[in-house]
Amino acid sequence: MSPTQPFINIRHAKKNYGDLEVLKDISLQVEKGQIVAIIGPSGSGKSTLLRAINDLDSLTEGEVWLEGMQVNKKLPTRQYEKHINKLRQEIGMVFQHFNLFPHLTVRENITLAPKMLKGLSNANANKLAQEQLERVGLGDRIDYYPSQLSGGQKQRVAIARALAMKPKVMLFDEATSSLDPELVEEVNLVMKQLAKENMTMIIVTHEMAFAQSVCDKVLFMDQGVVVEEGLPEIIFKTPQHERTKSFLANHLNGRF
Amino acid sequence: MGLDFNVVPEFLDLILIGAMWTIAITLVAGAISLGGGVLFAVIALYGHWLVRYPIKFFAWLFMGTPLLLQLFLIYFGLVQVGIDLPAFVAGVIGLGLHFAVYNSDIIQAGILAVDKGQTEGGRTLGLSQFQTIYKIIVPQALRNTLPPIGNNIIALLKDSALVSVIGVTELIHASQLAISETFRPFEFYITAAVCYYAINLALEAILRKIENNAQIAR
Repeated sequence: MSPTQPFINIRHAKKNYGDLEVLKDISLQVEKGQIVAIIGPSGSGKSTLLRAINDLDSLTEGEVWLEGMQVNKKLPTRQYEKHINKLRQEIGMVFQHFNLFPHLTVRENITLAPKMLKGLSNANANKLAQEQLERVGLGDRIDYYPSQLSGGQKQRVAIARALAMKPKVMLFDEATSSLDPELVEEVNLVMKQLAKENMTMIIVTHEMAFAQSVCDKVLFMDQGVVVEEGLPEIIFKTPQHERTKSFLANHLNGRF
Repeated sequence: MGLDFNVVPEFLDLILIGAMWTIAITLVAGAISLGGGVLFAVIALYGHWLVRYPIKFFAWLFMGTPLLLQLFLIYFGLVQVGIDLPAFVAGVIGLGLHFAVYNSDIIQAGILAVDKGQTEGGRTLGLSQFQTIYKIIVPQALRNTLPPIGNNIIALLKDSALVSVIGVTELIHASQLAISETFRPFEFYITAAVCYYAINLALEAILRKIENNAQIAR
């Protein structure tokens, strides 16, 4: 990896569903330790862009690079599966609906992948689970089932599960959108903690205040294009484009 | 000539052996129907077409003929091509595969009902498709389909009676042996019925326990 190469580099990303263009030639560079927020109205393509980073949604055209490795490399199916499974271990992802495994305890949710993919022993995996849970403030919930937790707790377990793989970057896909307002803060606190630890993060969010306070860079997307990108204080305080202005105005009025 | 159950105790050994065989057939064939059901369901939904279509065709064949005919084919038919299976083995294979096809349909529906986010959750951690299916999807699909699969196992218990026709001394066959010596069909068939009820109750209790244990983890 040459020193000039960005940590994450998305080049000319395009995504079509039939005639519908969801992403229209988007490029994005993220440096190590940087925290990037992607905002925009529903259907703007922000989740699709995020999900292209670990190839959960494959791009129609364009490239995604992580630390000098192309994520969406053209390979024969079998080789590609190996390649992407390996890469995904380094890309943590947190979903709007948590996607915890309901048939497994919190401990098993966290230890499943480290045990299966990294060959961790039971003892080491348990230790890892305990550590990660304490990191999100849920050390005492290790033997609970997801159904016994609140939404905010579920999301914190989901974050712990992703962190247990020691990822190089964390992707957050509207991580607090399905939470009751009073539970949002506990998840935000965990994300702020990660920010302090210099975790590279890309965050799709509807929470402007959070984006403003935590992020180094903000992308405003609409209809598959990046309308505006820059420092949070510029995007939020002095947006240049009409579309950004009206989106932010509507947001502040609570219309979204 | 009224009912006289005093003839039964003399043949109790025979009846109990019959009950044991019925239980053995149900357990082994039940295990085959469950394992086969999962295997067929996963192949039908995820398999390469080269295995998917043969499995679908096989399922169609099994659905389209009576279990009795299938047992005859496996026990009497296969001998002609040099495969001489013991009656018990032929019986559990026939019964097991027959119900595996039905279980497969249920489990397929169960797999499709598991939220897409579960697959995404597994795959983003780096699990392969197979690991995700095996560790995350199938366990949930089985939990969600326990009641109808339990019903199939109970149906399997009752259909185990058909294995009597290829000469396994399960409950029905054992009763018939007793009747041929005593000419007391009513007493022995009622005894057999009582045995079926008893096994059924035990089976239902086990199934309910499994369902209750699965409740919390969904």
